[in-house]
Amino acid sequence: MSLDFSLSFNTEEKSNRLDPSIIYDTIIIGGGPAGLNAALYATRKGMNVGIIANRIGGQVLDTSSVENYLGFNSLAGEELMQKFEKHVKEYEVAMTSDVLVKSIENDYIKKINASNGKIYQTKSIIIATGSKPRMLNVPGEKEYMGKGVAYCAICDAPLFAGKDVIITGGGNSAVEAAIDIAKIANEVKLVHRSEFRADKVLLDKLYSLENVEIHLQTQIQEIHGEMLMTHITALDKKENKEIAIKADGLFVEIGYLPKSEIFEGLVEMNEKKEIIVNNKAETSTKGIYASGDVTDVPYKQIIISAADGAKAALSANDYVNKLK
Amino acid sequence: MAFLNDDIRKQITEVFAPMKKNVNIALFVKESGCDSCEDTQGYLEEMAELSDKISLSVYDFDVDVEKASELNIEMTPSLVLLDENNNDLGIKFNGIPAGHEINSFISSILEVSGVGEEFPQELVERIQKIDKPVNIKVFITLSCPHCSGAVSKAHKLALMNPNINAEMIEANTFGELSEKFNVSGVPKIVFNEGADLLGDQPLEEFLNTIESL
Ligand SMILES: Cc1cc2nc3c(=O)[nH]c(=O)nc-3n(C[C@H](O)[C@H](O)[C@H](O)COP(=O)(O)OP(=O)(O)OC[C@H]3O[C@@H](n4cnc5c(N)ncnc54)[C@H](O)[C@@H]3O)c2cc1C
Repeated sequence: MSLDFSLSFNTEEKSNRLDPSIIYDTIIIGGGPAGLNAALYATRKGMNVGIIANRIGGQVLDTSSVENYLGFNSLAGEELMQKFEKHVKEYEVAMTSDVLVKSIENDYIKKINASNGKIYQTKSIIIATGSKPRMLNVPGEKEYMGKGVAYCAICDAPLFAGKDVIITGGGNSAVEAAIDIAKIANEVKLVHRSEFRADKVLLDKLYSLENVEIHLQTQIQEIHGEMLMTHITALDKKENKEIAIKADGLFVEIGYLPKSEIFEGLVEMNEKKEIIVNNKAETSTKGIYASGDVTDVPYKQIIISAADGAKAALSANDYVNKLK
Repeated sequence: MAFLNDDIRKQITEVFAPMKKNVNIALFVKESGCDSCEDTQGYLEEMAELSDKISLSVYDFDVDVEKASELNIEMTPSLVLLDENNNDLGIKFNGIPAGHEINSFISSILEVSGVGEEFPQELVERIQKIDKPVNIKVFITLSCPHCSGAVSKAHKLALMNPNINAEMIEANTFGELSEKFNVSGVPKIVFNEGADLLGDQPLEEFLNTIESL
């Protein structure tokens, strides 16, 4: 039983909420690495800053351990984000969490409609809404979602103790998930349609595990089951034959899609629906900046998102100063 | 064994400081056949020490049968939060609210003690209009970072409308029940043992589901 306490409660939050009657210099939508670093840079420039985020901390909260953020050899994703948040809270930054931004009215003073029914006002906006897990898009996936098919390894892994689990994906997240789940599952099968692109240190660890079987060049075609999933069928591309693999669970770790739906029509996006930014984090719309996983900047990583958040804040600061 | 280290104790003490009204925790344990009862009791005793507004009563599920049935306790360990007059508010945790659920546990205690979060008027009206009995089960694992958000919302709904009761269910401790409800992803939110939601959904989604029951 896990008795580790992960206290993420804090007292300040309620006292320093965004105020709809204030016109902020910048409002940051999103509280992941990009949003929090943008807040740090913006507030240090003297801007009046607000953050609206569904979940302060973002995706990194769902990451069991981070080993590639400079200065920290290895720490839990949640711990890293608590450090980020604490750092930002050294300054006067208004934060409203557990709220979703619904839509934006772009004008000289921009209006942000939030799910709590309030409308927030700002001179500039920094979009840092990150990304969400990509789906396989195969038959059976929707049907068995939450009935075997899962997207959050640290959340759902405990439900598969002693069971047989398939992980699909070839990047770091997939390999990390396989390593984590192998500790408690009976057998883990990693199924990926091409070759690995995960870091070598992770692959070395993976190959050393006895209860992990690896199927590369194998494309999942359908997820089957009754009440719960029972197996998948996949195409083994080397042998060019269809195979069936039994499993109680399938963890999908095949990358991420930008969370950009609500900005459709407001800023330009590429064909992947990533927000297009230039090297100053400017979008196609004046006064609106974007950074992190939601943008077309390649390599979705914590340090890259955080750095781009800083750029967005500095650009927003230049813009707001010129308005004055 | 100490469950909470000094650092966490200090933080929680600060979080509890603004509590207004007393909160009584009724915990049900069993002598044998309950692996996590002892830990749960030890943990709650430590939590209760952190504020003089929190009191803990421990009942034996097999002995205090009447009390258990009055509070609709069906499994152990199970705990309910009662208000200052020992009224049942429909707020229950089945399984130890440790790990990430320490957050929902603290949040529900604060809500009961009268320092909760205020909702916008439209939402309050929608919640108060619900006039049929609603039971919300939120299945979670202790390692799930966003499950506690779903538990807090369910408990808040229960607090705001006496027709609603809400319970956290730790899926590992209550494996059979979780299997009955086909839980293989958390949080899984089950309404009146039928309609369900997967993931920590916004409050509006909870209400849409309840209104469609
Ligand atoms: C399992 C996993 C493991 C990973 N491991 C690593 C690793 O080891 N190292 C590494 O560098 N990177 C890792 N990554 C990638 C890294 O997490 C991302 O690149 C990074 O989190 C992106 O930061 P972000 O701020 O752009 O977005 P996110 O972290 O996704 O944050 C988005 C924020 O926006 C909020 N939001 C979204 N939509 C709305 C809305 N409509 N209204 C209000 N708020 C909204 C969210 O609540 C959140 O606060 C991992 C990712 C995953 C999923």
